[in-house]
Amino acid sequence: MRHIISVRDLERREIDGLLDRAGEIEARRFDPDLLAGRILGLFFFEPSTRTRMSFESAMARLGGVSLSMGSVEASSVAKGETLADTIRVVSGYVDAIVLRHPREGAARLASEFASVPVINAGDGAGQHPSQTLLDLYTIRQSMPLDGLRVGLLGDLRYGRTTHSLAIALSLYKAEIAAIAPKGLELPSGIIHELAGRGTVVSEYTAVEEVIDDLDVLYVTRIQRERFPDVASYLDVASSYRITPDLVRCAQPHMIVLHPLPRMDEIDPGVDALPNAKYFEQAHHGVSVRMAMLSEVMG
Amino acid sequence: MTRRGPQGLLISPIRHGTVIDHITAGQALNVLRILGITGTTAEEVSVATNVASGRVGRKDIVKIENRELRKEEVDRIALLAPSATINIIREFEVIEKKGVEHPRELLGVVRCPNPGCITNTAEPARSRFIVVSNGLRCHYCDWLISKEIAEHIL
Repeated sequence: MRHIISVRDLERREIDGLLDRAGEIEARRFDPDLLAGRILGLFFFEPSTRTRMSFESAMARLGGVSLSMGSVEASSVAKGETLADTIRVVSGYVDAIVLRHPREGAARLASEFASVPVINAGDGAGQHPSQTLLDLYTIRQSMPLDGLRVGLLGDLRYGRTTHSLAIALSLYKAEIAAIAPKGLELPSGIIHELAGRGTVVSEYTAVEEVIDDLDVLYVTRIQRERFPDVASYLDVASSYRITPDLVRCAQPHMIVLHPLPRMDEIDPGVDALPNAKYFEQAHHGVSVRMAMLSEVMG
Repeated sequence: MTRRGPQGLLISPIRHGTVIDHITAGQALNVLRILGITGTTAEEVSVATNVASGRVGRKDIVKIENRELRKEEVDRIALLAPSATINIIREFEVIEKKGVEHPRELLGVVRCPNPGCITNTAEPARSRFIVVSNGLRCHYCDWLISKEIAEHIL
């Protein structure tokens, strides 16, 4: 049985296979009845808009139907049922499970109790492999994935999307420029792990130091709650704001990505530049998730 | 294992049991803790700390009368003292001498320090850590323990 829990579990050929399949799907070369008669269970223990809707859309486009657990308050979880028991029970109702849960490792645990495939749609500050796959897919639409110089910008200490992306990019011999304010740097454990996978990480505190040398700039949100007061947050956040003038300092082919939702970290003036790929990135979520569903259920 | 100096025998030999030698200096009391040996348990135990050792500079030694260690106990010791040797003693003779080995994974040995980890809940999840080059990685949440491992041993 095939689960998709963490990018650490995926080999390069598996990622390439999923991205190739997403490309075929985007080119409309897929069977719209591939999952006809199949049921996808959506178990979101935390709020989600785009991840949940894009999984629902992906399942519908492949001919299947989705069942949602609904809110936590209205479910047996509110009565104190364990995740393990919930998963054992619902394995009898659906053909695959998409799980988002506030606890790190929840999807791995679920996969051990499920009798159907489990896809991790985000577990706390942990893994979110469908986001990483759509990030890679968006980059690959603009340039080959091998040997890229990728800048990760923002809250690199707590940002799960940047950790997962860096781990996945290590399979493609990327160089990582980690650009973060003091206190929100990439954790040393991740840097060490990347080094062990042959990936060089250079650290910067200002994007201006490195933007002219990047192929990809991956921007993430700097969360207000990480700072002791609003003034210090605004001070840091303003110095990490991507503006049209800053993007014009980059190589013309550099693309700007963001997992969204954005707050103030990208000036809306960047949206109109050819470098801005973050809305395309969000749209790719459906084809990439169709590829994932066909992988585990097809 | 034992050393005769100007003041005589440092710690006495044992008839039956286990001598854990070449323990990383300063870790003997942690070794006792993870073996569940406290001042109120019945084992006859000798401990030497910061003993000069040609092999590792300074070392600790623990001798436990009438006890042989189980595999998971040896796995725990390997975390604290990777260069330790386990000597099984019968009638004052060493009948088996072996090093400790890091197993590929540890089941039920280490508590995940990540408060958000699913293993730190009421879920039926047993602690499981993968041994990696720079420490231990939680099988569930990917949390890396790279230092002060002793503090996390169950």
